[in-house]
Amino acid sequence: MMRNSINKFIQAIKLPGLSFGLAFTLTGLIIAISDSKVLGKIGSPLEFIKSAGATVGNAYLALFQGSIFDINLTKGHNFFQGFYPLSETIVAATPLILTGLSVALAFKSGLFNIGAQGQFIFGAIGASYVGFHFHLPVVIHIIAAAIAGMALAALWGGIVGLLKAKTGAHEVILTIMMNYIAGYFILWILKTKPFLRPGRIDPIAPEVGLNARLPLLAGDNLRIHAGIFISLAAAVFVWWLLTKTTIGYKFRAVGANSQAAKTAGISVPFVVTATMAICGALAGLGGAVHVLGSEHALNADIAGSFGFDAITVALLGRAQPVGTVFAALLFGALRAGGRTMQSSTGVPLDIVLVTQALIVLFIAAPTFVRYLFRLKKLNSTASLTSKGWNG
Amino acid sequence: MSEIRSNIERRRLRGISVISALSFASLIFFGYTNPGEGKTTFGFVLNNEWVLLREWVISAASGAKIFSVLALLASLAAAFAYRNKMKIIIPISVATFGIFMAFITWVAAGKFIPFTGLLQGALLLAVPLVFGSMSGLICERSGVINIAIEGQLLASAFVSGVVASLTHKTIWGLIVAPIAGAAISFLLATFAIKFSMDQVILGFVLNVLVIGLTDFLYKKLLVPYQDTWNTAPTFGHIEIPVLSKIPLIGPIFFSQSIVVFLMYAIVAVITFALFKTKWGLRTRAIGEHPTAADTVGIDVNKLRFKNVMIAGLIAGIGGAYYTVGSVGAFGKEMTAGAGFIALAALIFGKWSPMGAVFAALLFGFADNLQSTLTIIGVSIPSEFMLMVPYIATIIAVTGLVGRVRAPAADGVPYLRGGAH
Repeated sequence: MMRNSINKFIQAIKLPGLSFGLAFTLTGLIIAISDSKVLGKIGSPLEFIKSAGATVGNAYLALFQGSIFDINLTKGHNFFQGFYPLSETIVAATPLILTGLSVALAFKSGLFNIGAQGQFIFGAIGASYVGFHFHLPVVIHIIAAAIAGMALAALWGGIVGLLKAKTGAHEVILTIMMNYIAGYFILWILKTKPFLRPGRIDPIAPEVGLNARLPLLAGDNLRIHAGIFISLAAAVFVWWLLTKTTIGYKFRAVGANSQAAKTAGISVPFVVTATMAICGALAGLGGAVHVLGSEHALNADIAGSFGFDAITVALLGRAQPVGTVFAALLFGALRAGGRTMQSSTGVPLDIVLVTQALIVLFIAAPTFVRYLFRLKKLNSTASLTSKGWNG
Repeated sequence: MSEIRSNIERRRLRGISVISALSFASLIFFGYTNPGEGKTTFGFVLNNEWVLLREWVISAASGAKIFSVLALLASLAAAFAYRNKMKIIIPISVATFGIFMAFITWVAAGKFIPFTGLLQGALLLAVPLVFGSMSGLICERSGVINIAIEGQLLASAFVSGVVASLTHKTIWGLIVAPIAGAAISFLLATFAIKFSMDQVILGFVLNVLVIGLTDFLYKKLLVPYQDTWNTAPTFGHIEIPVLSKIPLIGPIFFSQSIVVFLMYAIVAVITFALFKTKWGLRTRAIGEHPTAADTVGIDVNKLRFKNVMIAGLIAGIGGAYYTVGSVGAFGKEMTAGAGFIALAALIFGKWSPMGAVFAALLFGFADNLQSTLTIIGVSIPSEFMLMVPYIATIIAVTGLVGRVRAPAADGVPYLRGGAH
């Protein structure tokens, strides 16, 4: 009994474990061979390996110190300041959880939502506008701003769903195009009168009112804010929606086999439109939380790469709500730690993109990992696929 | 069958109604709203070509009216052609041109429009898009979705820039760039065909991988050691004798760097090969109906692998255009989404070579018109002009003007006797 469940557990973590190991090993190799100090010792193999090990070890140590805990930060402060990196990780992960859920939910309905980036932008625009333009009481202001952002983004995502449902156009193409349109739209709107901050000519909107800001959780020195609870609640909501409601059942039925779902009397156009609208709302909430929680003012680069990282997050989380939360925390940690790694060891932050890409590449290609390690059996339930352009 | 025909008929009729309405709107709006007393000047001379007409000055108001009337007449001609069951593409194109010229004359009242330069810049901006869309075309016609065009362009731009800097030779940059494009293609082909990985996810991940790697190496090597690693020389212009002297056409098409001439050649070869050779027939077969192709003895996966590699080589030349073909030094993420516009061009062009080239030129033109108008100080929000390629693509894929259809087996891994 016991042995059986241990075996099951090992089977379950084999693929992610091997994928992570492989990704971090390859990343380490890249860090080592691109370092001139290490390359200088190419003459003697032993020195070379030692030096490479030290370089990579230092980089990964900095990655940890920048994302979880750094003992150096506690000097002269209270002990909690040492968790400043962890707070940064969670700040980065908070919107990422929401955009990741957006992509994950779409996967469950058999849709590939590349549009989280554009939906995030509209969420941020809506939340920012309500945040700085109106003056409302505490709590109500936050709710109003978040709803405005979600509504705009749901509309933006819903258009894609509607177009797909009505015309059969592929959502990947539609969402890629919608991302660019959203990207130019925010550049334009930041130049319009209502969004120009008084006294400034650069594209930055006024700060949202104090009442519209999400409260900080651990004092003024740490940026961690209440948005993380919103993200976790959204994860619970997605789980509940998918497993406990009729709508969620329909979503999954269409995702598993849209032909069969249609035969069973489920309206596929409705599911496609509803899914994309909800996905839009989730990613839009991400934008809203990002503005109300940590940025406070809309700027042209507000979306960063939250929408694109969301895809890797959802893929790594295997489109499960819980998995998505952990994947977002991991990528948030890589993001936060990468900054420290760049400043203290000189290894550019961008290497974490390589790590992310490699992890997802291996996770999404279980047959490759199986082939590489000559494994007979590898537990890879429900491999994620989107369909061809005509599907 | 008759239903399909009536669908096409209805679409042509809708096209004619739309263009007529637009011509009329153009006459009312551009002709009779106040463009000021200004005159619009079009400049036609760019280099040292023979001068036929140096400048053309016209009052903005009457120019807009004349071009709108031209558009209206062309719309009428289209309606006439439709009634007589003739082709309507030429009158429709003339009408579109008229509306566009009315817009330009109106918007640039009191300003100077370098007309030849506008078109030349459009072609230059379209070059990487054409290479990228040709790469996508060959992949997708064979049944492999290629979202990694961006990655292919960026990787080859990087490698070509670095190699040209280290060797101080442009030609080495051009030689290694296709190899870099093919390296990305190798990953695409291996994971998509050998390991049946989902091709959309794969292409996406490859893009992230290349962006991460080039950003990393850019900061690690190209910025600190710029003098040795990032000072790529560039190709000079080649002027084709006589042809380059033809007014308007000469400076646009025949006074260019070698990469542009390569582009003409590649487009011609692909168009011919895809529709007139055994290779082309087989390629289209494995993209539309791999099982049937297999039945007649074509090794589907082998040909797909080969074609994806060829596509990488082609995208690679497009990548070289960014460095040795134009500015020399590599810049962080310098392709800036061109791979996705190339994908859009491919789709907008209905997966046909000439369609994709035309779409790429159109997108390049929209981009260049936007920057030209900004430079001459016309206050049109440039962001909306930049949205044009993307909106056009959405219109194309949603079938508002003629439905586009991908190759039937695009994105579906081929497993013999298989699951699909």
